[in-house]
Amino acid sequence: MIKVEHLVKKFGLRTAVDDVSFEVGKGTVLGVLGPNGAGKTTTIRMIAGYLPPTAGTVSVNGIDVGTDPVAAQKQIGYMPENTPLYDEMTVAGFLGFLAELRGFAGQERDRRVDAILEKCMLAKVRHQTIDTLSKGYRRRTSLAQALLHDPAVLLLDEPTEGLDPNQKQVVREMIHAMAQDKIILLSTHVLEEVEALCSRAVIISEGRLKADSAPADLKKRSASYNALTVELLAPRAEALQAFGRIPDVERVEFVAGDDRKQVLRLVPRDKQSLSVGAVETAARHKWMVTEMRSDPGRLDEVFRQITTTADVGRQSA
Amino acid sequence: MEFCAHARAIAKREWSAYFHSPVAYVFIVIFLALAGFFTFSVGGFYEAGQADLRGFFFWHPWLYLILVPAVAMRLWAEERRQGTLEMLFTSAVTPAQAIAGKMAAAWGFLALALALTFPVPLTAAWLGQPDWGVVLAGYLSSLLLAGAYLALGMFTSALTRNQVVSFVLAVVGGLFLLLAGFQPVTELLARWAPAWVVDGVAAFGFMPHVEAMQRGVLDLRDVLYFGSATGFLLFLTQLVLANRTGR
Repeated sequence: MIKVEHLVKKFGLRTAVDDVSFEVGKGTVLGVLGPNGAGKTTTIRMIAGYLPPTAGTVSVNGIDVGTDPVAAQKQIGYMPENTPLYDEMTVAGFLGFLAELRGFAGQERDRRVDAILEKCMLAKVRHQTIDTLSKGYRRRTSLAQALLHDPAVLLLDEPTEGLDPNQKQVVREMIHAMAQDKIILLSTHVLEEVEALCSRAVIISEGRLKADSAPADLKKRSASYNALTVELLAPRAEALQAFGRIPDVERVEFVAGDDRKQVLRLVPRDKQSLSVGAVETAARHKWMVTEMRSDPGRLDEVFRQITTTADVGRQSA
Repeated sequence: MEFCAHARAIAKREWSAYFHSPVAYVFIVIFLALAGFFTFSVGGFYEAGQADLRGFFFWHPWLYLILVPAVAMRLWAEERRQGTLEMLFTSAVTPAQAIAGKMAAAWGFLALALALTFPVPLTAAWLGQPDWGVVLAGYLSSLLLAGAYLALGMFTSALTRNQVVSFVLAVVGGLFLLLAGFQPVTELLARWAPAWVVDGVAAFGFMPHVEAMQRGVLDLRDVLYFGSATGFLLFLTQLVLANRTGR
């Protein structure tokens, strides 16, 4: 369990993180979203025990990070932003060093390093020095470092940034495979990643927590949520009129069509489901519906909505 | 136990980092070349007609002044620049453990360079009969002096992410400590500082202790002086690292 309570971080006059609170339990993959400079990395650094908070507390599995960072860090695997690594070391040498810091020595250290090289698909480059690695291998080396001690908590700061689609998929699959028995907190601004990986998402903007819910629930805040697209065989003018009379419909948009087939988009007044009303209307007029789908909402829309209103609020304040 | 394990792992890494870069080789070659040049050519080792190493140890404070900051400057500045400081201090390592490890590696490296000057005492032994106790005391004092310079370099390295800045600050700081009891410096201070400050600064200087060292006299007070100067500077380093602000 990660417990973040009223966390504040100030750098001089600038407040980077402003009263952020949340809890994450085992089995959760929490996505931390936010525009660049919103305070995601600062928040993660405070959880990792790297930066001391200005105010507020963080505890990891009951251990207060502020009072005993070392004990807390033993529970945490942390992959920092931009994958800082010792460039002159070999991959195996680097992981061996980190394994020693994690308390493994001798054969146990070698066994751990071998296992993690295998797991992160690094065996091929184990003798290469880190400055010769591609971005993908650097990321995986950094991830391997975070996993060496099989931590209960995993903090990943933009784990797939700068990777090609195949490499992204590999990293995602690894995260997914570990999700069940760990607490994983990952920051990203790739929204598809949140949908694919995270069971919960928080949005941080201007240092404040703006949203905290499951990605599917978050999408419901989207303006286009539950808009219904209907394809049917009907005369255009009559169809527009008939669907417009459904009580929950705010407006009907014409998307495409010819003299036989029409594609219409029904926008609900208050995000209600429109499918029953639409089917009834079509049946009454004996119009054949060939396809119907309701919009699940779009995360990027919600993201923009939440983070830009925050900016406006900040300026007027 | 954990302290030692962490410090040892870090020391091992630092040690091999020296030898994986040209730093180690350049340092050793330059150090030996300069030590030899000053001892034999400038110091008049042969002309003195004495089988002692005074002319050899005389130059160490000045050699260290430039060379030790070069060894120390990357210790923290490089970690900051590469961002590895963040990884280190989120891997259940405390600043004190890391300082101990880095200090051990760098000091060990300086000890190695110093040990490689063995032809100098051997030459003295070949030409005459040096007092081995005095020679040993000279080496020990030289090592202590190197440690104090190193702690200063460690401190300035922790202050910045720029190695050049770290180097310059360490040289200036070292020069100040070296010249603290020197008349122009005390006169400069005496213009505005009260007498006790001037005396305090003068007492803090390396030189009186260094002079004892050049005679090959190993006084417990000198040992304590260098020990506490080193300890104090490492303590300051620890404060700087514990109050990190993320960069």
